[in-house]
Order: sequence, then C-alpha cells, then structure tokens
Amino acid sequence: MSTAATTPATTPATTQAPGPAHAAVTDTATRDARRPAPSPIPFSRLLLVEARKMVDTRAGLWLMVGIAVASVLASAAVVLWAPDSMIDYSSFSTAIGIPMAVMLPIIAILSVTSEFSQRTGLATFTLVPHRGRVVAAKLVNAVAVGVLGMVVAAGVGALGNLVGAALVGIDPVWDVSFALFSSIVLGNVLGVLVGFMLATLLRSTPAAMVGYLVYGYVLVGLTTMLASVQEWFADAQPWVDFNFHQGNLFEGFPETGEGWAQLGVTAVVWLVVPLALGLWRLVRAEVK
Amino acid sequence: MIVIDGLTKRYGGHTAVDHVSFTARPGRVTGFLGPNGAGKSTTLRILAGLTPATSGTATVLGRPYHRLPNPGREIGVLLDASAQHAGRTGREILRVAAITMGLPRTRVDEMLDLVGLTQDEASRRVRDYSLGMRQRLGLAHALLGDPDVLVLDEPANGLDPAGIRWMRDLLSGYARDGGTVLLSSHLLHEIEVVADDIVVIGQGRIVAGGTKEELLAGTGTLVRCADTARLAESLAGAGHHVEHVDPADAGAGLRTDADPTTAGLVALAAGLALTELRTADGAGLEEMFLQLTAQTQRDAHARETAGAAA
Repeated sequence: MSTAATTPATTPATTQAPGPAHAAVTDTATRDARRPAPSPIPFSRLLLVEARKMVDTRAGLWLMVGIAVASVLASAAVVLWAPDSMIDYSSFSTAIGIPMAVMLPIIAILSVTSEFSQRTGLATFTLVPHRGRVVAAKLVNAVAVGVLGMVVAAGVGALGNLVGAALVGIDPVWDVSFALFSSIVLGNVLGVLVGFMLATLLRSTPAAMVGYLVYGYVLVGLTTMLASVQEWFADAQPWVDFNFHQGNLFEGFPETGEGWAQLGVTAVVWLVVPLALGLWRLVRAEVK
Repeated sequence: MIVIDGLTKRYGGHTAVDHVSFTARPGRVTGFLGPNGAGKSTTLRILAGLTPATSGTATVLGRPYHRLPNPGREIGVLLDASAQHAGRTGREILRVAAITMGLPRTRVDEMLDLVGLTQDEASRRVRDYSLGMRQRLGLAHALLGDPDVLVLDEPANGLDPAGIRWMRDLLSGYARDGGTVLLSSHLLHEIEVVADDIVVIGQGRIVAGGTKEELLAGTGTLVRCADTARLAESLAGAGHHVEHVDPADAGAGLRTDADPTTAGLVALAAGLALTELRTADGAGLEEMFLQLTAQTQRDAHARETAGAAA
C-alpha cells in the first residue's frame, strides 16, 4: 500500500484522503475541528514585525549606531574644519546626508537578503506564506527608513548649524529650502529602492552589497568619465543614466518637464523593471 | 491531518520527489523515514509552501498551506533548527513569531519553560547556541501558536540522549492530545520508538508504509534450534517461507513468515527442541529499512553508516 495511514472512518468531511477506512481509528480527531480558523494576519502587523527585524539583530543595531555616530562626527567635522563662510545649514545637512545616503540602502538590502543569507526565510515564509505581503511590508519600511533618515539628518544638521554658528559668532544661515529638502529625500529614497531592488534580484547579502557599491559608486565614476570624453554619451546620458538623475536630485528637482521625463524613463528601466523581476522571482524562489 | 497526494518535484532531469502520497492522521505520530537525500526534506518543504511542487497536492487540515490564514496557529513547522539569524537572541526570535501570530507576550516565556531553555540562555544570541539548544528553540517556535499539526525535520539531531527522550515524550503526549505529528528521520531507531505510523521513502518514492505493527508483523518470526537444517525442512514442508538469518552461520537460526505459535507447533510436530522463538522485531524492521533503501544508498560507506547509526 502506498499510504502510511489510511483515512480513519471519522475523518472530518472537509478533508479528502484516499484509501479505505482503517480499523485503528482514534476518536481524538476532534482537535482538527475543535477551534475555528484563526483570523488572517493584518498588514499592519507585518509592518511592525519587519520594522522590528531591521533593528533587533546585532548587525541592524550596529548599523543604526553607526549612522548616529557618523551624523555626529560629520557635524563635528564641519564645525572644526569648514571655513567660517561655509558654516551654513546646507554644509551640515550635506555632511550628514552623505553617510546616511550610503548606509540607509544597506538597511534595505539586509532586510531582504538576511531572509536568504541567514535563512530566516524558512521561519518567516512559513508563518506568512504570502511572500508578496512580507516583501511589501519590507518595501514600505525601507521607504519609511529612507524618509525618516533624512528627517533625522535635517534635525541633527539644524542642531549642528546652531552650535556651529554660535561657536563662530555668526547668525545661523538657513539656506536649504523645503523644495531642496524634498528633492534630497526623493533622491535618498530612490537610492534605498535601488538597494532593495538589488536585494530582491540577488537574494544574497554579499552579492547585493557589491552590486550596490558598483552601481552607486563605481558606475557613477565610469559614466562621468565616459560623458566627458565621448560626446555622443554626454548627449544620450540624460535618457539612459538613472544614477545621473538620482545624483542630481541632491541638488534639487529637475527644472524642466523633459528632466522629469528623463528621470521617469531611466527609473522605469533601472529600477521599476528590475524590481518587478526581482519580486517575481523572489515570490517563486525555493526557500532552503 | 496532513494529506500528501501524488506529490512530485523535478529539478531539470532529476526527480527528487516522485508521486509521493501519504496521510498523517490526528492522534498519531507519523514517522517519515528514509536515507539522506531520499526526498524527505523536499517533501516537507513543499508541504510548508517553501518549494513549489511540479505536480500533486499537499494539504494541512484540508487546505493547501498558502490558504491557511495564520499558519502558525494551525501548524508548527521546524525544518532546520539552524536556519535562524545568528545575531538575534532566542527570546527575540520567539517574540517576533509571537507578534506575527498575534499571541500574547507571556506565551514566549511559557514556551521557553516548556522546552527547557533558561531565561539566561534565551537572552543569548543564537550564534552561541549548541545544536541541541537550537532544536529546543525550534520546537518552542513550532509549538508557539498551539497548533493542531506539527511537522519536524530531523528534530533529534544534536540532542543528547536525555534530550531525545524528552522530545519523544513531548511528541507522544502531543499526539495523545489529538495533535497530528509528522517527523522525519534517517535513523530507524528514532522513528521506531516514537512513531505510530511509518512511511519509508527511498529515491523520492514511497517504498513502504503502514502502522508500526503492520510493518513489524511483516518481518516474521525468528526460530533457533540445535538442528537448523531439519527445522528449515519442516517449516518449508509446512508451506512457510524460510531463510537463514546468517547464511554463513547455521547456528544464528532461521527467519520465517510463520507466526511464533505456528512455528512452535511445526517444531513440536518434528520433535525439535527450540532454543529461541520470538517475533523478529526491531532487527527485522532494520533489515527491511536497509533492504528497501539499499539501492538508494550512495555507496557502501553510506550503507555502513546507516546500519551503524540505526
């Protein structure tokens, strides 16, 4: 016979099992039917759980500490070494924003890749078999971290600006408009999303980290150089180089409709399409 | 209740799981036995929705896994105790799972007590856990939602003898309360002592299955006497299948498919004084396991290991 335990005569009607009725029937099958099905897991709970998982590991904790330390060090560096003429809000927010922009995508990457590299996905995806919901919660949290990180940078920068101005003996200079701040937030969120995209596509911490560094730093150097020596590339760059636009967002929003269109087109090619592919593969991947 | 029906998984040309069908019933411990690489873990991963099946179905409490609204409350799964974030504490792992399932915080401490992890151990990071502690944590994780069904892949790995005994008692008690337990092992003895039903898998196929009693009954009777040749003749003459336990040593006795009473009567009729008469129990099942899975063993060394381990 091919079945180990053939269907007991008292099998609840909801289960269909092949095989004849078996003599050795237990009447404890009631445990199956004893309780009603539990209510589904709400998305808000997944948001909470995934946010918690970003910071409850040693790596997550030290990443947060690292960001805080980097912010304070960056402020101190501006106070100590910047010429008096540069003691203004934009100097502080830029100095703090740069380490943030580097480190926040790493949080996004780890939130996805650790499920595979640390194999926590075995537990995560058996508790929530709809992987799309888990990843959506991670995505929302990653974007929130990207925005919150910049708000914190703005706050620490403001404090640094006040202290710096007081030390130098000038009135604090507030030279960052809300529009500029918004464009910086957007640029940062796009950077976080690039990290997230690479994480879903590669599902490995080292691979995604290297990919992110190559994409965010090595590639920028190469395209900048290429644009400076090859005129055709300098012409084409706005339509093909997402990095170029993402970097420009730290200086402000695109000034023309064409600029927005170029940002949109390159974002679709470099971010939306690969992210969709990564999500499609992640939902179907074998979790081992 | 777990129903696996015609489950197949192919990786390219390799068929890891080949039309596997069996049922794990409530109130019973079902042992899923097979050598390493036989397809046990793949089957369990498909059951838990972690690996897509090529064809066939697996249902838990009458539903496919992904249709369970809050799976942790209905089925506890422990597929690999080491698959936890090394930098997270044991308590935090349980807490995250408890939040996901919507359980009260107190449930975490209850489970820690149940599996015998101290508060101090629970505050350590999993990196510093022994495999035995990870198995205990994994079992706490599986039991957290007070599920009706438990699925455990090689849960005895890394446990000391006392731990294995404890795990066995816990699973038996859980089944007695009406729970369904499906546990896999490559060690026959592990399965034999705890399981009510046994499913044997080799090379991705189910090669045997039934209640433990059925499988044991199939292994026949062991008889010994001073004149092995005449006893063999008599038993064969009475229409029973007879074979030597050890062809090189006649004194090791005979194995026959006659039940002990019949075998004794045959010997009496032949005027032979038996020196041993008993059901060929564990050893027979072991023989069966080795036979059934012999062709699936990678090499002679693997066979030796399985034999020694069982």
